[in-house]
Amino acid sequence: MALPSYATTGQRVGWYAFLTYCGLVFFFLIAPIFIILPLSFSSSPFFEFTREFMSLEPEAWSLRWYRQMVGISSIGDTTVVSNKWMLGTRNSFIIGLSATFLATALGTVAALGLSRRSMPFKGTIMAILISPMIVPLIITSAGMFFFYSKIGLTHTYLGLILAHTALGTPFVVITVTATLTGFDTNLIRASQSLGADTMRTFFKVIMPLILPGVISGALFAFITSFDEVVVVMFVGSVEQITIPKQMWAGLRQETSPVILCMATCLVFLSIALFTTVELLRRRSERLRGIKLRN
Amino acid sequence: MNETTAGPILTTDGIPLKVSLQKAEKRNKIRALLLVTPLLVFILITFLIPIGDMLLRSVDDSYINTVFPKTFEKYQKWDRQGLPSEELYKTMFFEVKEGSGFSIGKATTRMNYAKSGWKSLLKKSKRKFKKIEEGPYKEQMIAIDKRWADMEYWKALGVMVDATTAGYYLNAVDLKYNVDKEIIRQEENRRIYNHTWIKTFKVSVLVMFFCLILGYPIAYLLSTLPLKYSNLLMICVLLPFWTSLLVRTVAWMVMLQQKGVFNNLLVMAHIISDESRFKLMYNETATIIVMTQILLPFMVLPLYSVMKTISPNYMRAALNLGASPLHAFWKIYMPNSVPGISAGCMLVFILAIGYYITPELVGGKDGQMIGNWIAYHLKTTLNWGLCAALGAILLGVMTVLYWVYNKLVGIENIKLG
Repeated sequence: MALPSYATTGQRVGWYAFLTYCGLVFFFLIAPIFIILPLSFSSSPFFEFTREFMSLEPEAWSLRWYRQMVGISSIGDTTVVSNKWMLGTRNSFIIGLSATFLATALGTVAALGLSRRSMPFKGTIMAILISPMIVPLIITSAGMFFFYSKIGLTHTYLGLILAHTALGTPFVVITVTATLTGFDTNLIRASQSLGADTMRTFFKVIMPLILPGVISGALFAFITSFDEVVVVMFVGSVEQITIPKQMWAGLRQETSPVILCMATCLVFLSIALFTTVELLRRRSERLRGIKLRN
Repeated sequence: MNETTAGPILTTDGIPLKVSLQKAEKRNKIRALLLVTPLLVFILITFLIPIGDMLLRSVDDSYINTVFPKTFEKYQKWDRQGLPSEELYKTMFFEVKEGSGFSIGKATTRMNYAKSGWKSLLKKSKRKFKKIEEGPYKEQMIAIDKRWADMEYWKALGVMVDATTAGYYLNAVDLKYNVDKEIIRQEENRRIYNHTWIKTFKVSVLVMFFCLILGYPIAYLLSTLPLKYSNLLMICVLLPFWTSLLVRTVAWMVMLQQKGVFNNLLVMAHIISDESRFKLMYNETATIIVMTQILLPFMVLPLYSVMKTISPNYMRAALNLGASPLHAFWKIYMPNSVPGISAGCMLVFILAIGYYITPELVGGKDGQMIGNWIAYHLKTTLNWGLCAALGAILLGVMTVLYWVYNKLVGIENIKLG
């Protein structure tokens, strides 16, 4: 909506003030994310823009923190390999991928049930299935810590994977249910009348149509697990380092700029995931002529 | 002939159509339920039962009864007038002497919540009781430590006789039982929770308010711009949503610290001097600023989806009928966007009151919220009863809000991106 040509001066001023305000809000939203990118290339051990750094002096810029992140750091002549970050990356991927797989499978099947018109107690069941997303993580962690220690799941990868699966399923349920609105159930009938059994119908007819929703949900579940730190701290053991846990430790104890390097990598990862989800959503809108967001 | 037309319509296999339909309906219902069952069971086991378990823990007081079973049995018969009989002293003596050090240690932690001093008394007694071989026990126990003759200690046991207690809930709102099991206020220097509850609500309301005043205009802009521009700007809203919470918190630390970007810019522009840099980090202000940025997308998205449905013709009609733009906005646009406002505010508030990570990292001492106390008791003091009670109260508040949100907005209308 632009200004009409007959707008008065007051209206013009108001409109531009409004645009400026919006611009500032967008800046407030996005700037903090990008401020860390240049800083991760600084050679200073503190989180600050030094004068030398700002005037682009070569020695103020370095890749030393990145080298440390991947496990190579040289103190004097000896090369010290500390690979906590790499260990964390490996663990994060193991837990994240397993949890994503479980959450996607369980969530997709549940969403298929929830989208049926014959579904009884739909509201209540939906509220229960979404609740892991709403309940504060600290309460979830406390409950899981007490209960999982009773059944021997604390300090295990299985415990963390199950916990992260529970946290990820709401996202899968939400995105797949959204994709299924407007799903033409006649397609299922057509497939069945042509002789396909339930499994074949699911994989050949339903799945290709809801795939964008499933993938979006899976990516949401993955990023949820990948970014989660509270449950890992309470349910996991000290040795079970993940990326966020290592960042947390870094912020609380050592404050090393390696955190900024990892943060930069994570920003690029989230940009990649976000772009994928957006492309999928647009493709799905285009294909089916309906809008999910509105 | 007449009979068949008057009777119910039958299917080919002779069953009334109504019955047959009902059967098919039922089958469909069961099929739909079967699809949901795996996830429901999974959530039940991995999520709901743990939370239920935590709720039980908040009232559970049975452990101490398993450590001193006979003492507590005898204790019930004590008239609470004057010191207990030799018999009760004797039972206590043997249960302390013969009990395992570990379980007594665990029990004394609980006993200390009822009357501080129990822990050291039992620790000392456990050591000295070894030398006592025969009775009468009462005098010898009192000889070891005068506190055995103190009525207050004996009375305090009465608070723990029942297997359930409301004591942790009382603690969570700065109350407690005295030795006579009457509810009194916590000592002055221990009153921290009411203050923290108020702070939690205050911070959440402020964050909600700031999210609204920042989010409303941009949601409006996004909903009125042509799609190709709004899609571009939408990235600014959605990207933070996708970025790691810790990354955003680190970014804010870089921005707000004493030698951070914000203060540096102000010094460079000579707005403030180098000495008078703002303290923006490790306090309540930091908590509010950072939480506002983190929760802003949750305000913008519901607002946007409601504003998208408001026809621009309403505003045009109002302006056409002579209303000033402000008046038209207030009387026409605002009321139409109320569902979005309520949905966004609810969502932000619900998410804000349970926040833990951000206050912990940027809040310092002054910016701590109730979630931080839950974590503190969970991993530092190991007072799990109090931890569970704080969690249960928070969960209760959340559930009410969640229920209202569900009624107002409908949980199935939550959209992601």
